[in-house]
Amino acid sequence: MLPLLLEAVGLKKHFPVTEGLVYQRVVGWIKAVDGIDFTVKHGETFGLVGESGCGKTTTSKLILLLETKTAGTLRFDGADIHGFNSTALKRYRASVQAVFQDPYSSLNPRMRVGDIVGEPLRINNVLSASALKERVEEVLTQVGLLPEAIARYPHEFSGGQRQRIAIARSLAPYSRLIVLDEPVSALDVSIRAQIMNLLQDLQQKLGLTFLLIAHNLATVRYMSKQVAIMYTGKIVEMGESDEIFTHPLHPYTQALFYAALPSHPRHRREESPLIGEVPNPLNPPPGCLFHPRCVYAKPVCRAEEPLLREEAPGHTVACHLY
Amino acid sequence: MKQMADDRLVLEVDDLKTYFFTRWGVVKAVDGVSFSLRQKESLGLVGESGCGKSVTALSLLRLVPQPAGRIVGGKIRLLGEELLSKSEREMRKVRGRLISMILQDPMTSLNPVFRIGFQVGEAIQMHQGLRGKSLWDKAKEVLRLVNIPAPEARLRSYPHEMSGGMRQRVVGAIALSCQPAVLIADEPTTSLDVTIQAQYLKLLRDIQRESSMSLIFITHDFGIVAQMCDRVAVMYAGKIVERGSVLEIFDCPTHPYTQALLAAVLPVEGRPKRLFSIEGQPPSLHDLPPGCPFYERCIRRRDRCRENYPAEVEVSPGHSVNCWEAV
Repeated sequence: MLPLLLEAVGLKKHFPVTEGLVYQRVVGWIKAVDGIDFTVKHGETFGLVGESGCGKTTTSKLILLLETKTAGTLRFDGADIHGFNSTALKRYRASVQAVFQDPYSSLNPRMRVGDIVGEPLRINNVLSASALKERVEEVLTQVGLLPEAIARYPHEFSGGQRQRIAIARSLAPYSRLIVLDEPVSALDVSIRAQIMNLLQDLQQKLGLTFLLIAHNLATVRYMSKQVAIMYTGKIVEMGESDEIFTHPLHPYTQALFYAALPSHPRHRREESPLIGEVPNPLNPPPGCLFHPRCVYAKPVCRAEEPLLREEAPGHTVACHLY
Repeated sequence: MKQMADDRLVLEVDDLKTYFFTRWGVVKAVDGVSFSLRQKESLGLVGESGCGKSVTALSLLRLVPQPAGRIVGGKIRLLGEELLSKSEREMRKVRGRLISMILQDPMTSLNPVFRIGFQVGEAIQMHQGLRGKSLWDKAKEVLRLVNIPAPEARLRSYPHEMSGGMRQRVVGAIALSCQPAVLIADEPTTSLDVTIQAQYLKLLRDIQRESSMSLIFITHDFGIVAQMCDRVAVMYAGKIVERGSVLEIFDCPTHPYTQALLAAVLPVEGRPKRLFSIEGQPPSLHDLPPGCPFYERCIRRRDRCRENYPAEVEVSPGHSVNCWEAV
């Protein structure tokens, strides 16, 4: 088995912006993901952090093949997924699953839990009816639900239990990579801990690989081994989670940390960490995309875009300060 | 640290009971909640979903969903006036002027088909009777108050033309437009990004510092409580189970539920081996057992906890708890 499960090289997704109803003309491009490289190792969690609109969800959609890339390469287990034939593609789709943010909208209210969890298996036609039922019961038990849940509907469950159902569904087709898109941010603080512990346990027991997308830094730190910070379609900093959390280099990463709320009233903060908002992707600023909000901005930041450079072993950053 | 809250009582809630009468029985969403709020003070109402914190807020505004929901008992005194005996017509003069509310989701709390100027002006027109140019100028002024750049142009925009953070500022501007005595913020930043959340909380704090407004912050996030509140009331199953100053609650939480909630908060500063989690779920509010509603999930439960609900006990001045352990 290769040490790398997923590899993205120069991955890009540009969305056209059109005008006109019938004869649509392209008036601009939104560079949702603009040339990112990263690797996800077997059995590890890779965290993607950033504010809304930074391209983290688009990245996950490219991996899930819900969007087609504009450019770049995605390799799964060493093979380029865009060269897959239909059988290989089907196998890929089964082994890469997703858990979404809101368990109230990601589960079909008219389907029974057994059908929801069994659907990825049924689509792939891999098991007989009785084996399928057995597998569904098995994954439900793995996520801490009773097998009796099969016959019930999503509305009979609380938010945390629904997220468990969503996790069971992602496990069902013997998946290897699970994309976790804000898996706990819609849940209560007390339930978050349950779900995060469950995900950690499942990873250890089943050797799963996670791609975690979140904006809550504490969640990402707790869950991931490697972290990449994204800003307007680009990775601005990447490295081992512990290294990034103890020595954040990019001013944006530092601001994100500063924005995280204190865990004790004695550590209240008076200043606001960042002014302004994420730039309009249709009309991005020249040079470093972060310079209008950066407190350390220099003339060079306005003129030239910084490239990702290795600052410490395994810790890369895209900033003119270094 | 924040300056001391003024001594003047602005809001007194006494034994408030809001029940929902459903096909499956009576749901006691708020069951005997009492608290008071002084001028300039900010109170955090904390608890999990379904603990009754939002229904408490809606009860203060008398906006409990009808006909299922009804305030069946208690008193709400705002600036010395009893709100529960007011007619609907009189209440309309209270809402938005004396007490107003910021809701969680700025995507749904603004009307997508009206311009910002109309929506901001509505409350000002109703409560302050301004018209025409003076109304427009006032609307511009409140947008400036919440640090919206280019307020003149923004008044002509529609909500969809603005980002989530800007929209939530507009919602804040509407709520603050008539300088209410009490502002209720119901999870105002859950749908915002961390950096935008920090900006928004700072804005609310600055506005509060410059006015005499009191704030009720409804949240399940102890980080927000630590950042924003002077006092905390922890709710569970429709009741306040612990209350005290924010430092007291963080330094010596007494109720097992408060302790569990605080322990479940993930620190940004370090990385624990394993997270503490509260097992189980909050009880269904249809038919609560007679004893302590936290009994099923409590790690220190005893037999007597199942039989009787514990009375409120003061553990130190201003810090009280409803738990048999503290008796």
